[in-house]
Order: sequence, then structure tokens, then C-alpha cells
Amino acid sequence: MTVDLEFLKDSPYFAGLTPAQLQSVRDRVFERSFDRGEMVSLEGEVSATLYIVVSGVVKIFMTSADGKEQILSIVRPGESFNDVPAFDGGPNPAGARAMGPVLLYGISGDDMKAVLWEHPPIAINVVRTLASRVRHLISLVEDLSFKHVIGRVARILLENVAGEIGSGPRMTQQEMAAMAGTAREVVGRSLKSLEDRGAIRLDRHRIVITDEEALRRIMEPS
Amino acid sequence: MAEKPIIDERRCRGCGLCVSVCHLHGLVLVGKVVVVVETVQCDWCADCELVCPNGAIACPFEIVLLQN
Repeated sequence: MTVDLEFLKDSPYFAGLTPAQLQSVRDRVFERSFDRGEMVSLEGEVSATLYIVVSGVVKIFMTSADGKEQILSIVRPGESFNDVPAFDGGPNPAGARAMGPVLLYGISGDDMKAVLWEHPPIAINVVRTLASRVRHLISLVEDLSFKHVIGRVARILLENVAGEIGSGPRMTQQEMAAMAGTAREVVGRSLKSLEDRGAIRLDRHRIVITDEEALRRIMEPS
Repeated sequence: MAEKPIIDERRCRGCGLCVSVCHLHGLVLVGKVVVVVETVQCDWCADCELVCPNGAIACPFEIVLLQN
């Protein structure tokens, strides 16, 4: 398959290039495809390849020493990932896994730098893309560092418990995130953490409060 | 009948990202709108909800107390 020039033209990094300039970029771009669950890149690995998602979805995440996963971002078609190691040559700060069949365009960090030397105006595209990435991560750092999200999620669960099955409000993780003033990714992790502590059990479309007292203690730690 | 994700047809743009991530193959595109396969036994992983760029899929939880 040939790399699609129209797709490259619309990607955040290469917007504004002329057809001839895009052709020189295309010569450096390669395709890679992955099936659901396959790792595209490992946390800590040195790969120095910038990827742009053509189709499918990629999850960017970090894993703690005890196996807990924190999603950093969900990358959809037209968006890029692995930008940081591609530009600084260091190890991948996070892992990337295909959430379904995925087609990617890749360009090595060296080739990306060569493109920048050849077409300096796109430097502003790079700056804009990296700045938006930093903004997103700062917001996530704020959520994870300063907000006691798990306590708020515990409170939301206790305040919205159904008197009997089928009688209470039903809430998505996005709605819980909006109520807790945090990101959906943080709610997912909080629910997992509450389950690990034995306070709740995720039972398909139900969140079963298995230890109400424990949940109250998490909500208002002494 | 098993609970199924809720599709908001007004928001769905038919991008198919949810179809691509459903590990039970429980979503299909019909025209430009996604629908849930009638026979799917959804396990509520909520990946479809997570990846939808338009907030068109909801996997809402009911919160209940454990009955002893």
C-alpha cells in the first residue's frame, strides 16, 4: 500500500506543505499494522519513531510496579504519538497498545528532523502539537497529584446507590468524571483501585458496593 | 436479555472506531450509524465509550449495595 498524500496533508505535523514537499515526506514514511491488544511500543524501550494513526485507536499508558495501569491518552485517526522519544532520542515514556486493528504511518526521529531542516515552516506545527500534548499532560498531572479523586468517586457511588435494582440513576464513567471534576481516565483507575481494596465489585453493567464501611472510610479518611 | 451499550444516533458520525475496538464484535455500522448486535453478550469493558470522539456511546453503570 502506498502512503496517502491527502492523509499526510491533513495531519497536524505536515499541514501547510506543498505537494512536492509532501512527496519528500512520503518517501520517508512507512506503514505498520497491528491487531487488537498488540503492543506498538514498550515503556522504556528506545524506538525513536513518531507514529500517526491512520485507522483504529491506540491507547497510551504507563504501568506501575504493582501492575496498575494509568491511561495517558487515547490516540485516534489523524493524531500522533511517540513524539517525545522521536525528537529527543530517549526511551519511550509510556507504552502504546492497539485497541483494535490499527494502521499507522511511522517516521523515524532522524527523518523527522531532516524534514524539519528541509521545511522549517512546519516547525510551528511541531511546536503546536507538542504544546497541546504538554497542556493535556499538565491537566492529568493536576488531577493525579492534587485531587483526592478516589474519595470523590467513593462519594458519588454512595450518593447514587439504588434502593433496589433498577431504581437508581445509571452513570457512565464520563459522567462520574464530570461530577468528580476529573478526567475519565482517572475515574477508570479509581474504580479499579476501589475494586482492588474490596470496597466494590465491577459486575458488567453494575457496580456492586461490597463493603459500604470501607467505601465510607475511603470517602472521608480519618 | 443482556444489557447493551446505548447509542445516541444523533451524535454518531459513523466513524467506526467503536466497531474496531469491540473485542466481542458486538457493534456494526449500518449506513452511517453504529448499532449493537442483538445477540452480543456485552461484558461492559466500555472501550467503545472510551474511544468514541463524539460521546455517542454510553455504558452506564447501575450502583447497587451487595445484598447479604
